[in-house]
Amino acid sequence: MNRFRGFVRKEFHHIFRDKQTLLILFGMPIAQMLIFGFVISNEIRNVGIAVFDQSHDAVTQKITDKILSSGYFLLEYDIHSQNEIGQAFRGGKVKEVIIFAPEFARNLEKTGTANVQIIADASDANLANLITIYTTGIIQDYINKSNAQHSMPMQIVTEVRMLYNEQMKGVFLFVPGIMALILVLISAQMTSISIAREKEMGTMEVLLVSPLKPIQIIIGKVVPYVLLSFINAVTILLLGYFVFGVPVHGSVVLLLAECMLYILLALSLGILISSVTNNQLVAMMISAMALMLPVILLSGFIFPIENMPKILQWLCALMPPKYFITIIKNIMLKNTGLLYVWKETLILCGFTVLFILLSVKKFKIRLE
Amino acid sequence: MNNSTPIIRVRNLVKKFGDFVANDHLTFDVFSGEIFGFLGANGAGKTTAIRILCGLSKPTSGEISVAGFNIYNQTEQIKRSIGYMSQKFSLYEDLTIAENIRFYGGIYGLKRKEIKTQTAILLEKLGMNDYRDQLIRDLPLGWRQKLAFSVAIFHNPKIVFLDEPTSGVDPITRRQFWNLIYEAAHNGITVFVTTHYMDEAEYCDRISMMVDGQIVALDSPGKLIQTYNAANMNEVFLKLARSSLTEVKA
Repeated sequence: MNRFRGFVRKEFHHIFRDKQTLLILFGMPIAQMLIFGFVISNEIRNVGIAVFDQSHDAVTQKITDKILSSGYFLLEYDIHSQNEIGQAFRGGKVKEVIIFAPEFARNLEKTGTANVQIIADASDANLANLITIYTTGIIQDYINKSNAQHSMPMQIVTEVRMLYNEQMKGVFLFVPGIMALILVLISAQMTSISIAREKEMGTMEVLLVSPLKPIQIIIGKVVPYVLLSFINAVTILLLGYFVFGVPVHGSVVLLLAECMLYILLALSLGILISSVTNNQLVAMMISAMALMLPVILLSGFIFPIENMPKILQWLCALMPPKYFITIIKNIMLKNTGLLYVWKETLILCGFTVLFILLSVKKFKIRLE
Repeated sequence: MNNSTPIIRVRNLVKKFGDFVANDHLTFDVFSGEIFGFLGANGAGKTTAIRILCGLSKPTSGEISVAGFNIYNQTEQIKRSIGYMSQKFSLYEDLTIAENIRFYGGIYGLKRKEIKTQTAILLEKLGMNDYRDQLIRDLPLGWRQKLAFSVAIFHNPKIVFLDEPTSGVDPITRRQFWNLIYEAAHNGITVFVTTHYMDEAEYCDRISMMVDGQIVALDSPGKLIQTYNAANMNEVFLKLARSSLTEVKA
């Protein structure tokens, strides 16, 4: 036991002496949170538009005002001819042009139909999609409201409620995602690098010749990172709660326990990576390429898995972060208990055991 | 020197990597308290043999005991009885002198008090008392080398294995390093050292000469020089290497 304590103390020395790593260790989660929380968001705000109003009547004016007062859009130009539409888009500021057909109000009055064309800059497809939906929504709303006065014979009013995230805040999705990303990066990358470093420096041989058991060496390597990763998990949750107002509706104990499980999984993955390589750089590359991209792309963090082709969906099923994100979202936003996430929890346990078994098999107790 | 009790006993040690035979039926004894030199060109199989004796690698076949323990099933006891210093540098660069000593003392199960008093004695002896809180990174190479050796025998092992400990070190430091080795041997620690510096070979009590995975000669340096009618060990080595028709660099 004494031996083991000495070993862990040495690991902490390594970590705390390396200021650069320390900065990454504790700076990265905070930076990522702020970046994802503030900068990247799916919400639209102040998108530049242009209006080509060929009618200039009370109705088009009202609709335009309604659109502009929504907060989503900002009027960049008033357009007066067909030619200007292309120019407006090429200028770059305008993402959408709204064209009211001539005699808009009169047509609406007489025939009940009037034409409005919405042209969006689809070089950014997602944004184009979003803003056209918002615009049509606003116009539809206007029509519905004005129809209410006339009381049409039949009308279906849909009422939408966004459960668990009423304001559709993107950060609600990013907090679980960032946890999944940061924890796997720190745990797996740092352990794999630190084991690879011992091999590279030749100190691993000396450790293996010593009476320390290989299992003690591995656990000694892992213990400091369990602690640090846990601190990171808590930091992210606190940042989410206090800065972005992401609630934790479910049990905090369960949430932290699931984080712990995920940390262990990431650590065993790190050990597995280090058992394949003897080189710090390679360890870093493997963990960056093999961990970061899948976590970002295939975990449902940014892109919904349900919309992917079948093959990619199967691939996603192999990504542990996917299950972690599901669990965390459920606990944090929906207040579900273990009863609803036991399947995912079990899968994470399975991955952990698998990684540990593989690395025990691969870890070269006797270096060849 | 007690010549009757072999502390390392090797019979027909064979180690193969696929078709390549790195150690071809090695048979030798190392006696308690002697400085045993393991010589040969790069790639002759020295490192493979020393790794097997330290328990870092399993032999393909052969009967081997180290410090009286069987290499196949008493590795734990062997680990407690040996010290090891590899050609790769083995102290942690981002730890201080004192921390390194404390760490290595700790993993060999020494008590904290013991480590404290021993450290003071050792640093006094090496003249590094004022530098105990310096990072290894900031020390000159010669100092590091001496420290690494002192750390390898800090837990007072029966045998210390040195795998090319002086590669890349200047002659003066090498000389100082060998003084430490003599001192350790004088204190009863058996020293098993591999090297490809032939001048160092003459510092050993006995040497075994390896060429292409086989031991081609084993005796004291003086006798080898006599037998092969050579002026020094370098010539002995060249004669042996040539006679086995291999191109090796001394």
